[in-house]
Formats: sequence, structure tokens, C-alpha cells
Amino acid sequence: MSEVIKNRYEFVVLFDVENGNPNGDPDAGNMPRIDPESGLGLVTDVCLKRKIRNYVETVKEDEKGYQIYIKEDVPLNRSDREACKDLGIEETDDKKVTEALKKLKKSDPDTDVKLRDYMCSNFYDIRTFGAVMTTFVKASLNCGQVRGPVQIGFARSIDPVISQEVTITRVAITTEKDAENKSTEMGRKSIVPYGLYRAEGYISANLARKVTGFSEDDLALLWEAIINMFENDHSAARGKMAVRELIVFKHSKELGDCPAYKLFDAVEVKKNEDVEYPRRYQDYKVEIHEDRIPETVEVKRMV
Amino acid sequence: MGMGVKVRVWGQYALFSRPEMKVERCSYDVMTPSAARGILEAVYWHPGMKWVVDKIHVINPIRFTSVRRNEVKSKILASNVLQVYNGADKPLYISAKSDIVQRASLLLRDVEYVIEAHFEMTDKANETDNPGKFKDIIMRRLRRGECFHMPYFGCREFPANFALCEEDEIKTAYDVVEEKDLGFMLFDMDYSDQNDIKPMFFRAVMRKGILDLRDCEVVR
Repeated sequence: MSEVIKNRYEFVVLFDVENGNPNGDPDAGNMPRIDPESGLGLVTDVCLKRKIRNYVETVKEDEKGYQIYIKEDVPLNRSDREACKDLGIEETDDKKVTEALKKLKKSDPDTDVKLRDYMCSNFYDIRTFGAVMTTFVKASLNCGQVRGPVQIGFARSIDPVISQEVTITRVAITTEKDAENKSTEMGRKSIVPYGLYRAEGYISANLARKVTGFSEDDLALLWEAIINMFENDHSAARGKMAVRELIVFKHSKELGDCPAYKLFDAVEVKKNEDVEYPRRYQDYKVEIHEDRIPETVEVKRMV
Repeated sequence: MGMGVKVRVWGQYALFSRPEMKVERCSYDVMTPSAARGILEAVYWHPGMKWVVDKIHVINPIRFTSVRRNEVKSKILASNVLQVYNGADKPLYISAKSDIVQRASLLLRDVEYVIEAHFEMTDKANETDNPGKFKDIIMRRLRRGECFHMPYFGCREFPANFALCEEDEIKTAYDVVEEKDLGFMLFDMDYSDQNDIKPMFFRAVMRKGILDLRDCEVVR
């Protein structure tokens, strides 16, 4: 595996959605998330992390060291194997394992660290985003929490978005009883006609070095995953989504050269003046004010 | 003291979970002293020192918003990891489909605080460590925006911007509010006995926008 990253990074991701629902709000009947005060659209951090996980899972196909801990679905053959074990062929009794673990912890105080390192080296998402592990010795391992180096905030749209209700019909009726008295069923879709969203993220080189071992290769994979996160995520609900811009700030040092907010402020995204209702990416202009960025910080536009 | 610093922190959202409502998370009205300590430790920390938070200035009005998200409800079991570590051929992952749970969080929005804090030396300090050295490192990091990891307001998805606060007079949204009782709040966790970490609480009263923690009574 390649070396652990040595620089702090910040990044800005701009992605847009056309006639789709980037992130449904379970509180609002799966309508797009909207900040009620400002009307700006929201996409949660976990939504984006899910896409990154999915991309890595698709590309790496369970390659060693690139497994994904939090999966969307259980592959069938695995469940089968689990079933065999349940027949008592091997020791799968949880109590016995717990006891073994307790015993081991008494003889080897580093057990927690070993287990953590094992998880970090095998699972890409734990190495990147961190995870919470339950441990049996209280107070050890910071309550089982592993903080990953990559931290992402909520994404917000540049301009207020409107959510549009689209009523659709289908001719296939679900139940036979319904089929007797109606010929179509009505459904609803909520879409955002257009929205350009901006997400900001941070990568701490210290956490990479001291905790999870997030490497240069992992970083390259992360950029690739961010750039392609919507490419393998097409669905009826999403509409057209694409990453339009990934701007990466590479600090010259592990601790960083300047405050993150200054770098983020240097990226200005504006609607063109003659545009009243933005409906495409070309209606926006992205400007990076290089003069506000210290010379030691390297700026890369990756898309 | 002399070793005090003032740090201005701000961000879009914050979530300082109340321990009594942590399933559907609900934030306290203001930042807890332990969260403030966490922010400072994200900038600089060393075993030879400990942060003591003196005051928290609440600059922006307290406003809430809510977000409901799909979350997973289970954690990684150490026993499972151990089995696989020892060669067992077991599945090791959480299925987001079967372990899903929808939880709402009540967040604070558009927060800004000024944390006044100082540090004290502990007996773990090396011989070459001294308060002046720590102070220099801290001031340098705050001025340059350096940090160990990006500080956050309660949860990692709510990053906290930080900058050294050099003004003497700090205006808050509650300058005219003589007293606002915020009830019992978490003060910090007591880590003195590693096998029995206990929470500590205090009666939070915000006077003119300032939460003064210097002489407050801490209840264990």
C-alpha cells in the first residue's frame, strides 16, 4: 500500500441536478430537502458518503483492503455461508467469543488497537470516514470511535430551489380488488427543475497518520469516487445529476497553511446576471480568487 | 492566568446533543463546555496541558431547524471483528437496508460563539514543556488556521470555522437580556477514573449573552 497522506486538504464539490430529486426528506414525504427559511436545497453529508461508498464498492468489487463496511444490500452467497455456520459447524456462539475476547483483553491490552487497525486496513469506508465500534472494556479506544480523516458538511444549493410535484399514472394495478374498479393508479414524484449544489469537505492528515492510515492511493480513489459519484447512481428519482467541479486545496503542511473558510470564500459561484431562473450549469459562473489564497496552497480543478 | 485565549468559532449548523434525548437527537440551546473543549483540542492539545473553558459568548440568536436522516442502528461488534481477525469466514458489514432507522435531529443554525479559555499544565508534561511554549504554538495555530483536525460543532458533519478573537469587546445578540436560564446542561465528562466515566452537569444561566463557567457549581 502507498504512503499515508502528508498534507491537509480541503475541497469544494459543485454538482447539479436536472429534473430530479437529489436527496429526499423523510420528514416531508420524500420531497427534496429544502431549508425552510432560505429556500435553499440541502443534501446531507451521509447522502454523499453513501455515493462514495457505492462507487468504491462497484469499482473495487470487494478487493482486499477496499471492502465497504456499511453496505446497501447483502450479497446472497454470503448469507448462504452464514446459514451453514448457524448449523453449529463452527464456534459461532456469541457468548463464547465474548468470553474469549475478555480473556484476550486481560492478557493483551492492545487488543482494541489491533482490532481497529485490522478494520481500518480492510475497509475503505472506515479508513476514510471512520466508524464506531462497540468494545467490551469501558473507556478504551475513545468509546470505540474511530475518526476518519475525511469530513464532509451538508451541501447547499447556490440559489433557492423549488420542488415541483409531478403526478404520474401507471396502468398496472397492484391488487386484484383494485383492478375491478379502476384502470390506472396515480403516483407522485417530486423533482427539482434545476439546482446547483455546493458541498465542502476537509481531510485531516493527522488523523490519517495517527489513526486510520488513509493513503495517497486512497486519496486518489476518493477524488475518482467524488468525480464519478453520480455516474453509477442513475435512477428514476434522481434525474440528471453530475459533478461539475471538484476544486481541491492542497496545503503544504500536515497542519495546513491557512484557515479553511478563507479557501472556501475564495471560490465564488454566481448566477449570470441575465439569468432569472437558472436551468443549466452554463447559467452559472465559477470563479476562484487566486489572490485570496496563500501561495503555499496548491489549487487543483479536478473536473 | 495569563494563558487565556479567545477563539471565535462559527458555522452553519450545530448539534450539541442532550444526553436525555439522544436517539432522536436534540441540541442544547448553546454550546456545552465539553464541546468547546473539544473544539480547542482539535486545534491543539498535548498530554502536558488541559483546556479549561472560562466563558462562552453566544453571538448569534438561538435558532433551531430539524433534519431527518436514514441512519444505521448497529455498531461494529468487537466480538465479530475478533472472529474474522482469527480467520473465521464470516460476513463483516452492516447492511444499510436491514439496519436502517430514520432519526430526526434538532439542530442549531447559523451559530457563532467566542470561547474564552485558558490551559493548565498537567503532570504529564515533559521537562522541556512550559506554558510559554504551549501558548506560542496555540497562538500560531489560531492565527494561521492550522489544526490537528477540523473542529466541529457536536457532530462531524457540522464543521466549525475558527479564528483568533482579538477584540476586547464582544457584541452578542443577548446584550440586553439580563438573564436567561438554560436549565441543567452537561458540563463535561469526568475521565479521572478510566473505568467509570461520569457525566457532570451544571446550571447554565446566560447573563447578557455570556455563559460564565468559572465559578459554577458542578453536579456529578
